[in-house]
Amino acid sequence: MTESILVLTHVDESGAALTKASLEAVTAGLELAAQLSAPLAIGIVAADSTAAAASLSVTGARLLTVSGEAFAQPRYASDAAACEALCRAAAASIVLAPGSARLTRVTAGVAYRLGGFVDTHITALAANAGVEATRWFYRQRVEGVLSRDVRPWFLLLDSGTHAAFAGEAAAASVEQITVELPALRTTVSGLRAPMQDAQTIRPEARMLLVAGAGWTKKQSDGQTHAPEAGELILGFLRATGASLGSSKSLVDQGGEGVPVLPFLTHMNQIGQTGATPRHAMGLSTCCHGEEPHVVGWRFIGDRRAISLDPNCGWTRGKADVVYIADAFQVMAKVNALLQAAKA
Amino acid sequence: MANAVHIVVCAGIVPDPLQTLEPVTGPNGPGLKNEMVLPAVLDPWAASALYEAANLAAKNPGSKVWLVSLGPKAKLQQVMMTVAQKVGFELVPIDGPIGGFPDAHSTAAVLADTINALPGLDRTKCLLFGGWESATRGAGVTLQLVGERLGITDQFQGVDEISLREDGSFEVLERVEGGKHQVSVCAGTPAVLGWATGNLPEPRNNPQVGMANMRTIMPALQKAKPAKLEANGLRYISASLPKQQRTTRVVKDMMPDQIAAELVAWIGAK
Repeated sequence: MTESILVLTHVDESGAALTKASLEAVTAGLELAAQLSAPLAIGIVAADSTAAAASLSVTGARLLTVSGEAFAQPRYASDAAACEALCRAAAASIVLAPGSARLTRVTAGVAYRLGGFVDTHITALAANAGVEATRWFYRQRVEGVLSRDVRPWFLLLDSGTHAAFAGEAAAASVEQITVELPALRTTVSGLRAPMQDAQTIRPEARMLLVAGAGWTKKQSDGQTHAPEAGELILGFLRATGASLGSSKSLVDQGGEGVPVLPFLTHMNQIGQTGATPRHAMGLSTCCHGEEPHVVGWRFIGDRRAISLDPNCGWTRGKADVVYIADAFQVMAKVNALLQAAKA
Repeated sequence: MANAVHIVVCAGIVPDPLQTLEPVTGPNGPGLKNEMVLPAVLDPWAASALYEAANLAAKNPGSKVWLVSLGPKAKLQQVMMTVAQKVGFELVPIDGPIGGFPDAHSTAAVLADTINALPGLDRTKCLLFGGWESATRGAGVTLQLVGERLGITDQFQGVDEISLREDGSFEVLERVEGGKHQVSVCAGTPAVLGWATGNLPEPRNNPQVGMANMRTIMPALQKAKPAKLEANGLRYISASLPKQQRTTRVVKDMMPDQIAAELVAWIGAK
């Protein structure tokens, strides 16, 4: 099967630069095009795509863009129309796109409009007998490799699975694609950070700190120490710039109206019904369940855990090091050492 | 009843998250070992959608909630014994396969055809709810495909909140990157909302709600139409458990300050 590839991209909040996930998709597109000896096109969705196109000129790919004020807002109706127009113009057999919120929202709909099919959360691509895509099933419990005989085939790539493309900006030859917009009934009014003392979710952080329900359980003195736990956790985040993940049980306590760790929301949750973030290292504290260790930690590099339970079956084989200790005592010392080092 | 809405919740059933899952390959492709005997639950994010739907319907008199679910009849019946006690809804069961390996496009086609044929559904008042991803395939595309097939072009994914306004418009909070919500205002129904966790706790079991639901659930299950899912050119090369067993060093004999020093060195070294 002779293939041709289109990579869909979009700009970030600045409106000028492509998102990191988009640049990762560009790398994936370049690699796959080289493996298949296939022509590559890159489509850009932006209010003004001049700078974004310039950053891609060295790829040598055919550059297509839709631009205009309507595309400044991430919104289903306008983004789907934009991506549909790009795909029709490129007439590619394989369409790669970053698994960002913006393109995840619309890609399936676009695939349907083009009579194509979509697979998402792709972590690896290979060109063997045909194009093969790797993804996870059952929330990162089963890994599968799949292929499709039908085209166009849309593949949404998980972020962090490819290096971000970087090249010298230069004047680019860009094809402007006209889009027929439907009636727009949705207006995006902006972004809102969750109600919490500080932004604790940092996807770009090197490290993930996982807080488990043990932080709010009764301690050795028979009392709970939730405020102290909160201070220790936030102190560690401040000192290291780490991102905060939580087990479902701890987040649920907050949802039930118990003022446990007020800075935690469901957005922090990792595991079966939460995120599966990618960080170079992770430290789990007071977690005793399967979820954080098996599902939430799937894509964490170096993993360490502090637990009171020497027989916790979920840390064995999942963490590199498990410290059998009281997390309150250890984290207080860690924070003190980190502060001293900064001073 | 200016804001009465017709909410269709699409929700699948999934193996209980606490079960150990083992993939096996059969003549029809991959599946799970002992899939039919694994205890099942309503898909967690779709369950959030159902609870949010019931809450929204309760606040807007004249509203109605349908629960459209595709799965083996026996499994659906088992799951409904619990779910029916939570909130009121009309079940629309479809007798078909479950699991993470069937193609989402086929599932969406069956769901859309079923919703299209729902008696009493006013499409202009329709809010199509579901989980933004399932706990099986986790593709996050089924709801969008159903929406496209129904011609609904206002779609939101990773929704944590909807606020219906007097004029029929509504504000939606969608999860986006960096732990933020995107705030959008839609002029009104119809719309598709793929829910994340929302803000509501799981409702307590209410036997009266359960009895009222079961009066219609059992006859609906008996009449469930069978559905066959097409492969759409999808081929599985492999499906396996990850082989990432780590050699764990269990440290039992270090004092907290020694552990802290080791951790700080580890953090610094990286």
